[in-house]
Amino acid sequence: MTICIPLGVPVPHFGNLGAKSFTNNLSGHFCTQHYESPCLSFNRHEVMKWNGWGYSDSRFLFNKKGQAEFTGKRYKLSGMILPALKDWFEGTFGASLQHKSPATPLLNTSAVQAPTLNQDFVEELKSIGVPFSHEAEDRAFRGHGHCLHEIFALREGKIGRVPDMVVWPNCHNDVEKIVALACKHNVCLIPYGGGTSVSSALECPPEETRSIVSLDTSQMNRILWIDEKNLTAHVEAGIIGQDLERLLNESGYCTGHEPDSMEFSSLGGWVSTRASGMKKNIYGNIEDLVVHIKMVTPQGVIEKSCQGPRMSTGPDIHHFILGSEGTLGVVTEVTMKIRPVPEYQKYGSVVFPNFEQGVACLREVAKQRCAPASIRLMDNEQFMFGHALKPQVSSIFTSFLDGLKKFYITKFKGFDPSRLCVATLLFEGNREKVLQHEKQVYDIAAKFGGLAAGEDNGQRGYMLTFVIAYLRDLGMDYYVIAESFETSVPWDRVLDVCRNVKARVVRECKDKGVQFSPLSSCRVTQTYDAGACVYFYFAFNYRGLSDPVHVYEQVEHAAREEILANGGSLSHHHGVGKLRKEWMRETVSEVGVGMLQSVKDYVDPKNIFGNRNLL
Amino acid sequence: VSYKDLRGMKDDEFVDILEERRCSSDLGHAFRTFNPQPYKGGPPCSAADLNKALLDSHFLHRVVKEVAMETGSSQEKVMEEAGEILVEMSHNLHLPFIRLMGYTFSKVIKRLFTSIFVNMDGLNTLQQAVQENPVILMPNHRSYVDFLIISYILFTYDIPVPVIAAGVPLAEMKIVGEILRRSGAFFIRRSIGSDKLYWAVLSEYVRGIVRHGFAPVEFYVEGLRSRTLKSLTPKLGMMQMVLEPYFKGEVFDITLVPISISYDRVLEESLLARELLGVPKPKESTAGLLKASRVLQEDYGSMQVNFGQPLSVRKLCEGKINRSYYNLVPRDLPMKPSAEALACVSWLAHVVVGLQERGSLISPWSLMACLLIQEPTTVLAEQGLLWDDLTEKTLWLRKMVLDFGARLNWPGEAPNSAVMSSAISLHRSIVYLKAGRVYLTQEEVPLRRHRISPEEGVFRTAVPVLMLAAYRNQSLHALVRPAMLAMSICITRSTQRDELFRFFCFLQEVFANEFIFIPGNLSQDFEEACLCLNSCGAVYISEQEVRVSEQSSEVITFLQKLLQPFIDSYQLIFRCVCEEEQVQVFTEKQFLAAVRALALKLILSGELHTYETLSSDTQKNVLSALCRLEAVAKSEINEFKVNKAAVRRITDALCKSRQGSITIFNYNYSVSSIIQVQLQLH
Repeated sequence: MTICIPLGVPVPHFGNLGAKSFTNNLSGHFCTQHYESPCLSFNRHEVMKWNGWGYSDSRFLFNKKGQAEFTGKRYKLSGMILPALKDWFEGTFGASLQHKSPATPLLNTSAVQAPTLNQDFVEELKSIGVPFSHEAEDRAFRGHGHCLHEIFALREGKIGRVPDMVVWPNCHNDVEKIVALACKHNVCLIPYGGGTSVSSALECPPEETRSIVSLDTSQMNRILWIDEKNLTAHVEAGIIGQDLERLLNESGYCTGHEPDSMEFSSLGGWVSTRASGMKKNIYGNIEDLVVHIKMVTPQGVIEKSCQGPRMSTGPDIHHFILGSEGTLGVVTEVTMKIRPVPEYQKYGSVVFPNFEQGVACLREVAKQRCAPASIRLMDNEQFMFGHALKPQVSSIFTSFLDGLKKFYITKFKGFDPSRLCVATLLFEGNREKVLQHEKQVYDIAAKFGGLAAGEDNGQRGYMLTFVIAYLRDLGMDYYVIAESFETSVPWDRVLDVCRNVKARVVRECKDKGVQFSPLSSCRVTQTYDAGACVYFYFAFNYRGLSDPVHVYEQVEHAAREEILANGGSLSHHHGVGKLRKEWMRETVSEVGVGMLQSVKDYVDPKNIFGNRNLL
Repeated sequence: VSYKDLRGMKDDEFVDILEERRCSSDLGHAFRTFNPQPYKGGPPCSAADLNKALLDSHFLHRVVKEVAMETGSSQEKVMEEAGEILVEMSHNLHLPFIRLMGYTFSKVIKRLFTSIFVNMDGLNTLQQAVQENPVILMPNHRSYVDFLIISYILFTYDIPVPVIAAGVPLAEMKIVGEILRRSGAFFIRRSIGSDKLYWAVLSEYVRGIVRHGFAPVEFYVEGLRSRTLKSLTPKLGMMQMVLEPYFKGEVFDITLVPISISYDRVLEESLLARELLGVPKPKESTAGLLKASRVLQEDYGSMQVNFGQPLSVRKLCEGKINRSYYNLVPRDLPMKPSAEALACVSWLAHVVVGLQERGSLISPWSLMACLLIQEPTTVLAEQGLLWDDLTEKTLWLRKMVLDFGARLNWPGEAPNSAVMSSAISLHRSIVYLKAGRVYLTQEEVPLRRHRISPEEGVFRTAVPVLMLAAYRNQSLHALVRPAMLAMSICITRSTQRDELFRFFCFLQEVFANEFIFIPGNLSQDFEEACLCLNSCGAVYISEQEVRVSEQSSEVITFLQKLLQPFIDSYQLIFRCVCEEEQVQVFTEKQFLAAVRALALKLILSGELHTYETLSSDTQKNVLSALCRLEAVAKSEINEFKVNKAAVRRITDALCKSRQGSITIFNYNYSVSSIIQVQLQLH
């Protein structure tokens, strides 16, 4: 067994959302072009799956020989064979390649309800020249996020309430016009960025009787200016993460904000959900990165008058916007901090004899405030999972080395393979400092029994993030459903939360009649001075269950109850949406909910932004 | 007699673990490969690791700091003190000592008992449970023999041996204390009071063991050995310490295993009766233990150990406790548990005691004791009871308790008469059979004494009577609910469900120290009582009514008489504290002496029929009942002050419409007058 999470790194030119077809006008300050008809990027579903994760050309499958492979050319893992995955998959879930549960291949447009259109609104929209559509595909694509129940329903060809039309504003001014029209005609607006929500935030409230318009920000994807003196960039909020980084890189800069969904999620989405990036230790989370936000609300535009780095002007109005989840308005433009692209990057990994030691090490690293750009600790189950994703080894030498490593760790060092766990690291900065930093962290790790386990393993470990969602689709082809959820928790409760939530998932599955013990796994993905962010995965084989989605929802609900009972938060960065609304009151107190409600009542008295998230 | 087929125990396979011990080497058993399944929650943790973790804990350091501030001594000194407490307290579980203990134990118990029955399915589920979550073994405590029997059984069946909470006096026994410590005992002082440091060390020590989970914790939730063989009101301190790791989320779940140990004959039977009569308990000492070795010469029949179904604390507490109570304070901050948590702890403790009762097996002898004790003592002592009557009634009672759903330990192969006469001969210290009649056994008068005073006479009779009462108590748990209903029917003379239920609740309240009921479970208890009486044809039940059937008088009378000694004793003592004129305030000691003197007098004059009033256990229970019912107030210096009006109200309620049964209350006996008499005597 080697200590690695062998996944592909996305190939260097991984941006391909159609954004390429736009001229990214780095010096332009205003919208210069209006698109009269939808072009490629208006129809993301041509490059992306309509009922699963990511690009249409990239997916896992079991080939005729029963070996797993990853298709396409976009990722380093693309085109590779993963010989160990089948055994792991069958062994972990009691699943079988004989038992398939394939998805409905094509969207049945007749299953999509006819749109409820507000004719006056449509007429006036035409007159201002903003492109829109009420095609079934366009609407269905924007009626969901990526929660399990949403994808599961789509795979079965079931389409619930979806937006009645989609509009594509091209700039801030377009948004102002659309919002004004919506207010005038009492139309419900739901902002849509990257569509990667995992909180049911994009679901149309079934009780909504007005016409629902999805406001797709994808055309607002320009970097309007870069200010090298202040190291800021002013960007339209519809830009997708990977495009933002790529374009900034061309000028020698980056934001450093890399949430796991950055291939598809948008800047506006990050702001309105309080997103967190993998490298927040250096660059900060989204709230640390934004300098200025412009948002269009039914009451008008909200923004600050200057770009001062900090202000004492009452409660920070940005914090009404950050995490508002599309309930108050549309974020149109954001000024963000940028940094020069780091001179040097280095991955790393450490193996610990057990999870407890690993957590103790992360805590010490946080205490000494020497966390690298990223430090993540996977539990034993994820370590095993990573092992199963190891591509076919090409040389005998590599496999010999792997064998040697395994021998060293389990026999020579006496690590129990069923308890050990691995931390992956990413260092950034100038070369000298990185090496110095690296030594410091490895020294701390050694105090907790950690053994350095190589750069490759670390690098591959980070790529688990990009393909995990693709793997869920593979599972769903074979009666296995999976979901992830996250929380933040004080240091002294990290182990308790991890243990209890994992155990709760196992027990709930058993109680709910799940035949085969589920995969229940976690990792610590972020460290803070006073606590950590913990990410959970759970997956189970649903053969024999009459209503698997209901069972899954009960398990997830129980797991969240467990988190809250153990001192974890309702969410670290996924947000509340509609999925976790029921716990808002106990989370922020009665008065807290009242405060938020009064802001909503003032800003949007007619509930134009009627996605009903959060409150 | 083969005890293989145990009626009423059909569902479980009970195995006599002594059978194998009698045919293979004890040494071989002691040196068997002990290979329990490991605990999944973490690696093993030695006694030394445990102690070190405790002394390093933030919790203890916080408390040490506080104590140092309060007492003005240095932190180092307080820490040192904590270390000393730990040395006195901590177990030092060593496998070799378990083996030594096992060997000795094999030798001793083979002498004492003909067999030790253990339910195998209980052991099998336990074996699974210890791998999953921390396990708390909760046996009842009826004899000192209980102390190591669980460890012995677990050792025999490859289950991790427990660490056991014991009283400090045991630790002070020479050699034995050390052997116990190395067999897994840890020692707790009897009266801790408000010693903050001691509480801190103890609670963190216990929590530490539970958190690590690799060894089960064994403790007696009743706190003490029951001298009456009746369940005691559970003590909550230890229970709370044990449960806290779950409340705080430090463990996913905790498994409670109620264990019911029943004896055909209890080793300490006469000692216990004497203690109840006021002879002080001998201090635990090794010399005393050796002296007691004569008890080894006698036969104690069989012993039954019934491992109950493991209970998940998590499941039981669902909806009862909000664990996020602890979210806003540091994990290791000493914190008072929430009221909700305390209620939950108490409820769980009562549930466990209830399950211990339901899991225990009723012996033929106990049924006979129920009947024997209903005979007037003088009759039993002088004329004797017809053997045939006794056997006939015993079989009748057997059927009844089976109808009530009790678990019985009635050997199925031997003829019933043989079973009963062997029970009599096993208990010849209490009764004996002569010429077709059963008589109460009384201690022979030493030859050199020419004359015994009437008081001494009462005392001599009281010893076997209280022993008899104790064996009756072994069956009480199965009978008490229907008996309280029967009593309610007799006293209220009502057929209305509501009224009966009200009185049933009142009885439960008054007798809460005598019979353990689960708080908040009254309606179910009442329902159960109705169903029991219905099942044996004693009552018809309908939506509104509980109506006595014509042919039922025998059942109702029996059940009423079963509780009569308690009613009589309580009434006497209530009246005693009430009638008092001058002395407003008394100590427990004065109270006990006064009640005893009064009871003695009334027994001699033939006005009080039950000897159980002489039992200090009954007397103390009445005092606690009065305190609980707020009829007596306890001061800070442990003095009691009576609210006579309140006591009278309770007395009136208890004897309402029971004309002519007891007339003793015409006499003006009171605590004060008796105290005065006693003072004059000394």
